[in-house]
Amino acid sequence: MLVYGFINSIILALIALGFSMTFGISRVANFAHGSLYVLGGLLTWFFLIKAGLPYVISVIAAVMIVGVLGAAMYRFLLVRLRGLELAEVISTFALGLIILELMRSMGIMGFQYRLPPFVPGSVSIMGTYVGIQRLIIVGAGLFLMGIIYLFVHHTRLGLAFRGVAQDDHTALTVGINPDRISMLSLMVGSMLVSLSAVLILPLGTISVDDGYDILLKSLAVCIIGGLESTFGVLAAAFILGYAEVLTSMYISSSLSMVVPLLCMLVILLIKPSGLFGKHKELEERI
Amino acid sequence: MKEKRRRERIDRPIKAVTDDIYCISSFREIVYLMLPRALPILLLLLAVFFVPLYWKKVLVITFIMAIMAISWDFLASCGLISLGQALFFAVGAYISGGLNHYLGLPIYVTVPMATLMGGAISAILILPALRLRGMYFSMVTLIIPLMLMRIIEATKIMGGTEGMSGLSSLPGLPFSIAVSVLALFAALFGLRRLLSSDNGMIFLALKDNDRAVEASGLNTLWLKVKAIYIGSALCAFCGAFMTHYYMSVGLSAFALDLSIFPIASCVLGGVGTLAGPLLGAVILGPLSEALRSLGTFRIVIYSALLVIFIAGLPEGIFPFLKRKYEQTERWV
Repeated sequence: MLVYGFINSIILALIALGFSMTFGISRVANFAHGSLYVLGGLLTWFFLIKAGLPYVISVIAAVMIVGVLGAAMYRFLLVRLRGLELAEVISTFALGLIILELMRSMGIMGFQYRLPPFVPGSVSIMGTYVGIQRLIIVGAGLFLMGIIYLFVHHTRLGLAFRGVAQDDHTALTVGINPDRISMLSLMVGSMLVSLSAVLILPLGTISVDDGYDILLKSLAVCIIGGLESTFGVLAAAFILGYAEVLTSMYISSSLSMVVPLLCMLVILLIKPSGLFGKHKELEERI
Repeated sequence: MKEKRRRERIDRPIKAVTDDIYCISSFREIVYLMLPRALPILLLLLAVFFVPLYWKKVLVITFIMAIMAISWDFLASCGLISLGQALFFAVGAYISGGLNHYLGLPIYVTVPMATLMGGAISAILILPALRLRGMYFSMVTLIIPLMLMRIIEATKIMGGTEGMSGLSSLPGLPFSIAVSVLALFAALFGLRRLLSSDNGMIFLALKDNDRAVEASGLNTLWLKVKAIYIGSALCAFCGAFMTHYYMSVGLSAFALDLSIFPIASCVLGGVGTLAGPLLGAVILGPLSEALRSLGTFRIVIYSALLVIFIAGLPEGIFPFLKRKYEQTERWV
């Protein structure tokens, strides 16, 4: 149980990472997050099964395509709407719906749409059998988070990201182009989510409804953790991950999606800015 | 240097004249003022009497959707952008369905009860989210209906996945049309009246600068609760009405269409105008009926329209038409 809770938490953190990254830097709440997840998985499936490419190449291709899509979304649509929150939310949401429902109407459903695990088999940890795929998820998740931490704190581009996140006018005065950075952040966020899709989807089948679940989960994680704080995302992912596993073990597995809602509502009632959100707190919430 | 040409907009002379009190001096000016207000009402009433039977049913649904769109627009004018309008609809639908199914109350009781209680219950459900602003609020409203749907699915209360059927129906199509048209006009003109009153100005101020409202010594949370109550009571009415119209209620009351349709028609018609959403709904309703055979592909079309309009004509059709009606343009 402890092990599964841990894995579940890492999965949640992986899912929410891209969303929180995009939001923290460019202030664009990417409501197309869930559909990019499904799209990433589907593209990998397409390259791998239909086109018969090797696993690594198809993953890279899928991640690249989704990343470019995210960047294009910013470049051609969102850049016209900067600052209009309503328009941003509606347009990303609508784009997500277009992608998801297009896939649904193309009849993407069922067992043939599944990715094979990287390495089949399972090992025993502390008395429970765990598939190697899950271990890969944990490893890759921790690795990705480390990479992102290093990238954001120790490279020029990463520092530019943080600069824009803090104040884009000031960033502009020191020669950082906020539009370019925002576009890149959307790209990185989309790449992250498609990468997590590639990692996570071998555990189940690719289904369109996943898109909504993923969006909900990442919203819940980000709201609980306080948006734009990476540590908060991790902590919130652990809270939710263990809460989900505990409910599905002790109460009922059908309620496990309800728990994030309840957690979120309770936390919003007690502390409206999320557990670890401090940055720009007053401007965002009352 | 090459000078850039720009478009100059000037009020039409008749607009300038009819702005003040002397407008009643000429028949032409009275017509100019009354035409845009009376024409849609007349057209809708004509449509009610003269379309074939099948499209009358479509018309009822369109009117109900138009009420939802107007209520969304009202909430958006108060700065509460909800992505889960289906929640309010479903609350109303389930209340009236439950009252009718378990207690056997007639529709003359269930629909008004559902409207009033639905507003209250939705306001309570949304309450934790009301302390959030802007897109944070939207995120939570997106989550709540989907989660509620899962709770009903999981706990099998209120009929579970199948829902409740065999509810009492509305007495006849003419009655439904009359009720829906009246409700639509009541919602449209009532909200217009409300927003132009002093209280309405406070509601509008919530969107523009809620900290200024708070600084004026007004309780913003309570004001938002009131706004949500008004908006969701309207939607709950729609839900209750549709429940009896279809004689059943189920999880489809939470469907995403119901959240997207109001937003789509508002963006199409023009956000913040109240008449715009009506226009948008009247365009989108029959359109979506004509596309019914496409199934979920309809959502793709809505969303594509949304994206196109929000990037291409962000103000919406109604303000565009209004500008054409009131102003002339020329290149200078």
